[in-house]
Amino acid sequence: MGLALKLISQRIALGFLLLLAVSALIFAGTEILPGDVAQSILGQSATPESLANLRAELGLSEPAVTRYFSWLGGIATGDLGTALTSGTDISSAVAQRLGNTLFLAAVAAVISVPIAILLGLLAVRFKDRWPDKLISATTLASISLPEFFIGYLLILVFGVKLGWFPTVATVYEGMAFGDRLMAVVLPALTLTLVVLAHMMRMTRAAILNVMQSAYIETAELKGLSTFKIIRKHALPNAISPVVNVVMLNMAYLIVGVVVVEVIFVYPGMGQYLVDHVSKRDVPVVQACGIIFAAIYIGLNLIADVVSVLSNPRLRHPK
Amino acid sequence: MDLRTIPISAWIGIISTSLFAFAAVFAPLIAPYGMADIVGGVWDPMSSDHWLGTDNLGRDLLSRMIYGARTTLTIAALATIVSFTLGAMLGMTAAVAGGWTDQALSRSVDLLMSIPTLIFALVVLSVLPASILTLILVMGILDATRVFRLARAVAVDVNVMDFVEAAKLRGEGRMWIITREILPNAMSTLIAELGLRFIFMVLFLSALSFLGLGIQPPEADWGGMVKENKDGIIFGIPAALIPAGAIAVLAISVNLIADWILNRATDLKGGRGGN
Amino acid sequence: MATETFLDIRDLKIGVTVREPGKPKRDITIVHGVSTTLEKGKVLGLIGESGAGKSTIGLSSLAYGRGGIEITGGEVYINGRDILTLNRAGLNGMRGHEVCYVSQSAAAGFNPAHRLIDQVIEATLEHGLATRPEAEARAKELFAALSLPDPENIGSRYPHQVSGGQLQRVMTAMALCPQPDLIVFDEPTTALDVTTQIDVLAAIKNAIRLTGVAALYITHDLAVVAQVADEIMVLRNGKKVEHGATKQIIEAPQEDYTRSLISVRSIQHEEQKATAEPIIRMENIVAGYSKNHIVLNDVSVDIYAGQTLAVVGESGSGKSTLARVLTGLLPPQSGQITFEGRPLTQSQDARPLDDLRDIQMIYQMADTAMNPRQSVGTIIGRPIEFYFGIKGKALKDKIAELLEKIELPAEMADRYPAELSGGQKQRVCIARALAAQPKVIICDEVTSALDPLVADGILKLLLDLQARENVAYFFITHDLATVKAIADSIAVMHLGKLARYGPKSEVLTPPFDDYTDLLLSSVPEMKLGWLENVISTRKIESAGN
Repeated sequence: MGLALKLISQRIALGFLLLLAVSALIFAGTEILPGDVAQSILGQSATPESLANLRAELGLSEPAVTRYFSWLGGIATGDLGTALTSGTDISSAVAQRLGNTLFLAAVAAVISVPIAILLGLLAVRFKDRWPDKLISATTLASISLPEFFIGYLLILVFGVKLGWFPTVATVYEGMAFGDRLMAVVLPALTLTLVVLAHMMRMTRAAILNVMQSAYIETAELKGLSTFKIIRKHALPNAISPVVNVVMLNMAYLIVGVVVVEVIFVYPGMGQYLVDHVSKRDVPVVQACGIIFAAIYIGLNLIADVVSVLSNPRLRHPK
Repeated sequence: MDLRTIPISAWIGIISTSLFAFAAVFAPLIAPYGMADIVGGVWDPMSSDHWLGTDNLGRDLLSRMIYGARTTLTIAALATIVSFTLGAMLGMTAAVAGGWTDQALSRSVDLLMSIPTLIFALVVLSVLPASILTLILVMGILDATRVFRLARAVAVDVNVMDFVEAAKLRGEGRMWIITREILPNAMSTLIAELGLRFIFMVLFLSALSFLGLGIQPPEADWGGMVKENKDGIIFGIPAALIPAGAIAVLAISVNLIADWILNRATDLKGGRGGN
Repeated sequence: MATETFLDIRDLKIGVTVREPGKPKRDITIVHGVSTTLEKGKVLGLIGESGAGKSTIGLSSLAYGRGGIEITGGEVYINGRDILTLNRAGLNGMRGHEVCYVSQSAAAGFNPAHRLIDQVIEATLEHGLATRPEAEARAKELFAALSLPDPENIGSRYPHQVSGGQLQRVMTAMALCPQPDLIVFDEPTTALDVTTQIDVLAAIKNAIRLTGVAALYITHDLAVVAQVADEIMVLRNGKKVEHGATKQIIEAPQEDYTRSLISVRSIQHEEQKATAEPIIRMENIVAGYSKNHIVLNDVSVDIYAGQTLAVVGESGSGKSTLARVLTGLLPPQSGQITFEGRPLTQSQDARPLDDLRDIQMIYQMADTAMNPRQSVGTIIGRPIEFYFGIKGKALKDKIAELLEKIELPAEMADRYPAELSGGQKQRVCIARALAAQPKVIICDEVTSALDPLVADGILKLLLDLQARENVAYFFITHDLATVKAIADSIAVMHLGKLARYGPKSEVLTPPFDDYTDLLLSSVPEMKLGWLENVISTRKIESAGN
């Protein structure tokens, strides 16, 4: 167990290091590039005096490195700073919206993961026969569909024509769970359709890879039933690649959230980020950027840890 | 090459992609109305005058679609070229050079890829001036990381083959090894990837425009047109679905071609088969 | 039935449907009506070159087709019923109970996620043949019978925790555990080193004798099968060539093809005496991939113009590393290389073009040694163009001349590697090396991926070319038969050191050091009773144990 533990702590340390580098990259991306926050806020017609005043107010006169470390210190203590445009506290705004986003993503994951794995298994079971071909043709099509096509089509059909679900996903504090669920049905469905195909295709490839191993042939030649072969021989080896597939797609889902939230006017992180990008509100953009990146890195880290844990070579070293 | 060996799916892809390209190139000649001309009421339904109806300001939707094809395809193509040249060149160099060059390049790419592309683009676009050049460069550079990974992986695979070692032992230079030994064996994978990257660029650009951060109005582009017409959906007016659908059709068409090329690539590797 | 015949294969036909993208699918027949029978407790050897259909026939006695292969006709009777007509449940009842299978690569055949013991007794429990404690006890007995170390506890290990030779024996135990009537051994020792092979072979033979199980033993090596089989069936291109008692096949083969398989490696090469000055002198070479990871330790060898230095050893002995040092791909940590009396630049990057030209290389896998996107003409022509600046018509003539030297028609210049057979590919690689007009050619296991008859042709060609072009060979191989056939001097390598080095006649004459004795004695000979004889007279155990 020692080697695996060592590897896992290494991975986690590496994840933190990566996050640190990403924070520097995001900070540098918004600070060193030719744009100027003060200029952006006041526009091209601003006078030099008003620009200088605003810069001083924003602390832009201090060196970038100093500002980076005070920003980083803020993040570490949960203080994400103040929004330029509204003057409100970013942390409290983010807290509520992050909850909404994670709820939406979770609903989408709960729908998509089991379906994707099931369809992936079906495609393997009927490899090269019509169910597999049908599944892979649909995949090809749905990978090509932009989120807003699926989103507006669902709104038009289920929201406007049939009137089954609300066309705008409004949620508010204190809303009953059932109502909340009803509100996110269409956006969650959109996200599901966006990631489903990808996840299924990758599941199919991962399981096929395991099923084509020589030890599966050994099991077949022992006269084991198909069910036993899958349960005892394929599954233990397929868990890690499938978890990897799921985590990768969850990371993908987090990105898809941005566009879907705008389509459904859903009060989450994505909507918040996009609003403030157009307002050029740098502190908010930085905060959202680092949070999205942290989730993304975290999901990849989980995939890494699972693959270490499920690798017998690492669990039982020589 | 024998045209009869091209499967029907690839033909559909080729024909439909050519139609889009044709519309993009000859936009001013075939568009029935001007791009920004207001020629009817708000969201007029489809008619013989306006085949696809009119948009949120009363402009002819078909004409805007045709001009939009021009903007979307051109910018996506340029960004693809940036991403591909940069990614493929650096990826192959990293694979062949190895050592520190490879480490430095690969770790930088890992870092860039640990931030979701769309998020990073939004972060950067929040401070950069909104211009077409900025868009192309931001999209191109961010996407180059994907091409880098693939090109490096393919090149590393070929690079460990004995025939590359044979060329090195012969005393061939790095240019010969990259262009004559590695590139021909990586070509079909890269060409298929070129198609996939192009689709990704179309989707990426459309997403940015839809979020209001890509092409700025009154310029017509498909993602922006979805944004302009999205409010009609609530009233049951499907105008926003037309540009969105066009993106989907284009993406599927290019995918069909890329799929065929990928299949052909594995076919050639398989050699004689059956023996 | 009165007779003890329990396996009866009648007119077996096996085919495969090839689906290539962009081409209509086509059916290929792999086995054209083969029949045979086997009595209880007997061992039948199936022998043939690649493509003979031997593995396919072996698997058909489990009613199994690998990778789209289908049994298209005939009957396979086991204990009186045709297993090809069984449904899935019937097959599951037969597989792992009446018939068991041992594959070539036990490393891939074991599930990495489970302990060995659980996999060994799995079939026994599945078919309800014993309780878990009984099955485990039986497995441990079998581990002991197969001379595995620590038979009580080895089962609690995971597959990656034991060596390849041991794993192959554990797999044999796995096949024996359910006490089947028949075991199909599919090249069980082919992937092993020669000194390990002999131990596994002896263990398998011993276990077969103890349990009285019948076996189909599939291999391409006639000398191996002669040690274990009672009868031998020779196959070629999916047809039976000859079937008889082992003694008859080995000592009095009826068919020309069988005779050619037996007389393989009968090439004789008269040893040449070393000339005054070696063309290459490698002195006190120490090399490795880091300071702490030394692969070669103080190795010194000489290569003489127009002669062959054979470097023999098992995997991990450092023989390929020595070649990499010579090519300059791995500069040594200490020691020096002299070429024609002057020091040779150690690193390949810095070596003058003329020195690069003088030392050429031929690889084991001709498939990966040629760029699949270049025609044969380009592959052979490039060194001529690169080193001598010859172009156009003159280049074409040179290419044709080279193709003639390697006994291929001139039209081959327009072909691509994928269109050639294995032997033709290796010939093209030889031509590419010759094109540089080198003084030394490094041959890295150049015949080990080829079928014996094809390999013989390549060796003859190499000897012939050496006589005509006066080129020296640095010939790496693990196969002692090849060494005997072509070497002038021999370097035996073991664990990164020279175990024995000198002219062929001296190296192959006793008294031997322990390792050379082990190595020489491990090479299977086409004699009955050779295995027992060797096992009883050996001085040391192989490293694979």
